[in-house]
Amino acid sequence: MASGIRDKVAILGMGCSRFGERWDAGADELMLEAFNEAKADAGIDLKQIEAAWLGVCLEENNVGKTAGPLAAALRLPRIAATRVENACATGTEALRGAAYAVAAGAYDIVLALGVEKLKDTGYGGLPVRTRGVANDLWLPNSTAPGAFAQLASAYAAKHRVDPKDLKRAMAHVSVKSHDNGALNLKAHLRNRITEDDVLKAPTIAAPLGLYDCCGVSDGAACAILTTPEIARALQPGRELVTIKALELSVSNGEEAGFRQWDGAGIQTAREAAARAYAGAGIGDPRRQIGMAEVHDCFSVTETVLMEDLGFSAPGRAIHDVLDGCFDRDGALPVQPDGGLKCFGHPIGASGLRMVYEIWLQLQGRAGERQLKKPFDLGLTHNLGGHPHQNVCAVAIVGRQGA
Amino acid sequence: MTQAPAIFGLLATTRYLPRLRLERAEVFNQHRWMAPGLKGLAKGRRALAHWDEDTVTMAVEAARQLGAAETADAVAALTLVSTSLPFAERSNAGIAAAALGLPAGAALRDGGASARAGLSELAAALRQQGQGLAGDSLVVAAERRTPRPASALELIAGDGAAGARVGRGAAIATFVAHRSVHADFVDHFRESGHAHDYGWEERWVRDEAYLKLVAGTIKACLADAGVAAADVAHFALPAPLPRVNEAVARKLGLPPTALVSTEHESAGDLGSAQPLAMLDIALRAAAPGALVLVAAFGSGCDALLLRRTEVPCPSPVPGAGKPETSYLKLLSFTGQIDLEWGMRAEMDNKTALTAAWRDHARAARFEGGRCSACGTVQFPKSGVCVNPECRAQGTQAPLSLADAQARVMSHTTDFLAYTPHPPFQFGHVDFDNGARVLMEFADADAGELAVGLPLRMVYRIKDFDRQRGFRRYFWKATPVRRETN
Repeated sequence: MASGIRDKVAILGMGCSRFGERWDAGADELMLEAFNEAKADAGIDLKQIEAAWLGVCLEENNVGKTAGPLAAALRLPRIAATRVENACATGTEALRGAAYAVAAGAYDIVLALGVEKLKDTGYGGLPVRTRGVANDLWLPNSTAPGAFAQLASAYAAKHRVDPKDLKRAMAHVSVKSHDNGALNLKAHLRNRITEDDVLKAPTIAAPLGLYDCCGVSDGAACAILTTPEIARALQPGRELVTIKALELSVSNGEEAGFRQWDGAGIQTAREAAARAYAGAGIGDPRRQIGMAEVHDCFSVTETVLMEDLGFSAPGRAIHDVLDGCFDRDGALPVQPDGGLKCFGHPIGASGLRMVYEIWLQLQGRAGERQLKKPFDLGLTHNLGGHPHQNVCAVAIVGRQGA
Repeated sequence: MTQAPAIFGLLATTRYLPRLRLERAEVFNQHRWMAPGLKGLAKGRRALAHWDEDTVTMAVEAARQLGAAETADAVAALTLVSTSLPFAERSNAGIAAAALGLPAGAALRDGGASARAGLSELAAALRQQGQGLAGDSLVVAAERRTPRPASALELIAGDGAAGARVGRGAAIATFVAHRSVHADFVDHFRESGHAHDYGWEERWVRDEAYLKLVAGTIKACLADAGVAAADVAHFALPAPLPRVNEAVARKLGLPPTALVSTEHESAGDLGSAQPLAMLDIALRAAAPGALVLVAAFGSGCDALLLRRTEVPCPSPVPGAGKPETSYLKLLSFTGQIDLEWGMRAEMDNKTALTAAWRDHARAARFEGGRCSACGTVQFPKSGVCVNPECRAQGTQAPLSLADAQARVMSHTTDFLAYTPHPPFQFGHVDFDNGARVLMEFADADAGELAVGLPLRMVYRIKDFDRQRGFRRYFWKATPVRRETN
């Protein structure tokens, strides 16, 4: 009988590059920047890493195929290295590969690194791409904002809410992320905005305006993982932070082609979260989760996710968001680092960047944005694809014993 | 009411006009500085094919109005006539036949090369009396010309399609007589590979072509039938020159009241489709027993005399459309101006022809599957049923969604995505039969999309591959409006 991953893998160190329009840096420099921080944090030598997982999504745009680019950028000593990809959930996929290898007892110390160099396309937004030769014959050439905007019309129709109220909640989500991002030295967008700015911004894909969309960024993030025993031995003075759950749910075409899904939420997020809560022994996520980093690619995504992840009761997300429940000083802070919205979204790095924030917050190292209320468990939610066809990864990370 | 006896003749006629109707005054305003003489033509509106419509898609819509899809098995032949077909090699009628789901054995033909070709083909179908065919013949003509900016033709021409269904059944009109004369009378021409026409002086065309050649052909047709000109109740003659049909009628002694409208003010001249479009107008106005004469000039002349029956005309008529005031849209849609579309427009839309053939009915006929185990309709058709309570394998029977009713489940209006007519509108579509498909919307107005809005499907261009000279088609969802389009 499988026993899950709870408390079997500890974080030894983490690193994250500055995110943004890194005209100065290629993927190699970004990977090295994140890795050097993690290596120093872990207090180990490069030679102690036995295997590595590289997460990169749009390899056509940046590093190319295989894990070779990681091995070359860090000069890994010809150890095992694997490239993984699961769309925008790629970062968590790298973490999963590395964590399961440690949990299996195959390796003692491993590296999970995610990187994306997006700002070499010459235009804003994510790169346009084929969806496969057969799909291109009929699927709309949709953009990410267009695909996620669908959530808004379906949510408003399902809960019979005024689209204007939904838009106000979405605006609050973005204002909050900018407030948090302003306190983050590594964030892509560090300006504060007002609700009025959001409401008056040009439309990207109705009802999403410019400020409802996250940044498209360059960056890298990484984690060095080991067993709790080795972590304790290497870092005797540090409190252990372990992985409680690492779950993944992948759409099988039902949302896109069967009439059960109502389009007002992310079905895979619900399933991955349910499994993660079961694995981590969480019965009441709203109370037991101390902070969350969710996949706020668009403000509407974060809004509906509050219900999908069990933070808000069905139909209550708008109220909870507007009541400030998820603000940095709220009952359950969401995106204290600015989220995808403002920290930025270098695709392959994002899932690891989310865990990086929990890692810093648990240790009281989050600087100006350090949460006042101590907590034991943090959640990351990393989504790849579109609401009707996606992969959702949910990770729960926390103090040993929590 | 007694059922009409099954006789051989015209079973239906129809017109299809794209929804956009460009104000000619707006076209003229752009040319006034150098061509003030166009003012006389700058009245009313001309039908304008949207960026995703071509002669194939418009012909498909016309054929659907003729019942081609519902009664596909009864169609034995399809002739697609146009001087502006998208493909020089690849059966254009074949694209339409696939979209309509016509039987594999149907006889298909592309015709064209003159403005009378639509009428020539219709007359031929009527004269053959269905011999050698195990069903009905469809003759559909469509035109989407690209006249040179500031030419008279730019103001005269419109985009659209018209068609007729010929066979045995409840005929709306029967054959009386037909005359055809060929003549290499070059009033205008367009060499292969050239976009624009080149034409000679109108007065010469009127005097030598219409008042002699056309009038002579009509006279011979009436003589064959033993019909006096005064007995013709409806006279349909495309008149790309001002009032030339009146002059022909006067010369022949046809009653002035018989003149059928060219619909210049609301649609424009549809080229090879115009004789069929005017025939459709004439038949709808004709009383039982009335004689209807339709003639067309172009490298010769055809004159066809029909007699109207008491059977009502079955197909719908075009709606008023949507006024359009941007002349630049015409130039951009027809590729006559190259606007800055940004890097997102650089995406390579190369089509894998192997994949296109493997699942050809998926795109052509919007073919999904219906699970024989649980009844779930799904798109695309797949090996394993999408219903989580079923999951049966290999149970899906082909089922087309092309003529199915649907509603908007969710939608957006996307200003980021590249489309030749921003914004890009798409969303999840729920069909009444249970299927759900993520689709593009066509011809939807700003603010029109709403959850629950009723939709119908139309066959349109999905993508252009300009690098290789290819285009691919798929179905899009359009709002159901009270008027036809």
